[in-house]
Amino acid sequence: MDLIRVKNVEKKYKNGVTAIYDLNLAIEKGSFVFVIGGSGSGKSTFIKLLYREEKPTKGQVIVGGLDVAKLKNKKVYKLRRKLGIVFQDYRLLPKLTVYENVAFALECIGEKKDVIRIKVLKALEDVGLKNKVHEYPDNLSGGEQQRVAIARAIVNDPKLLLCDEPTGNLDPEKSLEIMKVLESINKSRGTTIIMATHDKEIVNKMKKQVITLKDGHLVKFKQKGTYAE
Amino acid sequence: MKPLRMLGRSVRDAIKSVIRNFSLSLASISCITITLIIVAVAIIASFNVQNFTQEIEKDMTIVVFVDNDAKEEDVEVIEEEIKAIKNVDKYTYQTKQEVKAKMQEESEVFKTVLDTWEDDESPLKDTFQVKVKNVEKIRKTAEKIENIDKVSTVRYGEGMVDKMVSAFSSVEKVTYGIVIALVIVTVFLIINTIKLTISARRREIGIMRLVGASNITIKLPFIIEGMILGLFGSIIPVLITTYGYLAFYKHFDGYLYSRLIQLILPEPFIYQTSLIVIGIGILVGMIGSASAVRRYLKI
Repeated sequence: MDLIRVKNVEKKYKNGVTAIYDLNLAIEKGSFVFVIGGSGSGKSTFIKLLYREEKPTKGQVIVGGLDVAKLKNKKVYKLRRKLGIVFQDYRLLPKLTVYENVAFALECIGEKKDVIRIKVLKALEDVGLKNKVHEYPDNLSGGEQQRVAIARAIVNDPKLLLCDEPTGNLDPEKSLEIMKVLESINKSRGTTIIMATHDKEIVNKMKKQVITLKDGHLVKFKQKGTYAE
Repeated sequence: MKPLRMLGRSVRDAIKSVIRNFSLSLASISCITITLIIVAVAIIASFNVQNFTQEIEKDMTIVVFVDNDAKEEDVEVIEEEIKAIKNVDKYTYQTKQEVKAKMQEESEVFKTVLDTWEDDESPLKDTFQVKVKNVEKIRKTAEKIENIDKVSTVRYGEGMVDKMVSAFSSVEKVTYGIVIALVIVTVFLIINTIKLTISARRREIGIMRLVGASNITIKLPFIIEGMILGLFGSIIPVLITTYGYLAFYKHFDGYLYSRLIQLILPEPFIYQTSLIVIGIGILVGMIGSASAVRRYLKI
């Protein structure tokens, strides 16, 4: 079954730049998909369309049965609760501990304290940070901070995990660590993962589905693809 | 349970942020305090003015003086004509001897002076004391009575009350002007305070949106922050209202200048006024924060 359907989508920004032209694709539930392409290829815009940070100027974006393009601003939270998002810059709150950062996501949606505790510890275990719950983000390495961000993204058991260049700030070794974490989440939780990246090595090593974008056009959608120019 | 949990969280966040932006919070609170003190004084003054004008109006009487050369038949005619006027509620008639006796009862000075006068040289006159049904029409009624033969009328109290009420109402208007200006300044200060909070928490708000916090969850802490500023700002005005009015009432023994101007009993008046003051404080805080949220929190 398809978790995501994108039909005839065009995205033109207010400054006149068109980031995506006539995009059509479908992504199956439980898959692990890389979105690759150079700068300005539309990778980030594609991810932003999926979590309704941007609205398409034309076409339909359907995520888990929700027509994202038609979603009113007030209702965006309903979509966001169904997905997790990870960014290149981690976006953690420096004044909160690792535990509190992850718990924050559940507090915001009014979850009960004891439920929060169970879910947060499970998520932190899944990313291998159970021994750092009381640390502050500034005392962690970049890879660890990104794992906290991943824990926060998966703590609410989303169907879909979106990652926008999650390894962009990390060295190859730490990047691989993150990829292992993501792969195990994909396998154990069945979470669909869509990851935008320009890291060739990772894409070639993982042998996952690959969507290649160039100047806003879909060039290729390959099963077990590699980063080929 | 869930809404309650979210409310608790919002209140906690709001208090934290009041403390974090202490100097700006203090500025807003001081501004609310000054505004509310003036509001409180205006409320107390206007309620008292309303109260005693009503009291005075209740007592307002047209005193009808019958000319000295009027005979008994003339008095009867006058009585009939007064009775015929629609607005007249009831009336009493006193001869000059009765008036004299009554005045002598009231004061020692009058007693000795009046004793020296014989009836025919007395400056006192026979009088009708007329109560009216509708005080607002008292002037017209008085004019009608004045037109009756052998009669001259005086409405007493009326001139003084008019002047007093108009003086108070102009004071009230000026006060309202000041209050409105202060409320506007206060609202702007609160907008700025909340704006600062919002920008200090931009990152947090962004994350809240990402993880699916509803708009109301994001907005509520800021709105509550404004309400807290309003609440804190009303503490001093409430104290001033309560103890100030009590002391004022005690000092003047419940009357201002004369028995005519009776002050409102402090209880439950001060509690009602305090509630109004707190209500206005919270409302002003809420208006300020709500408009800051609308302007600066683009969600």
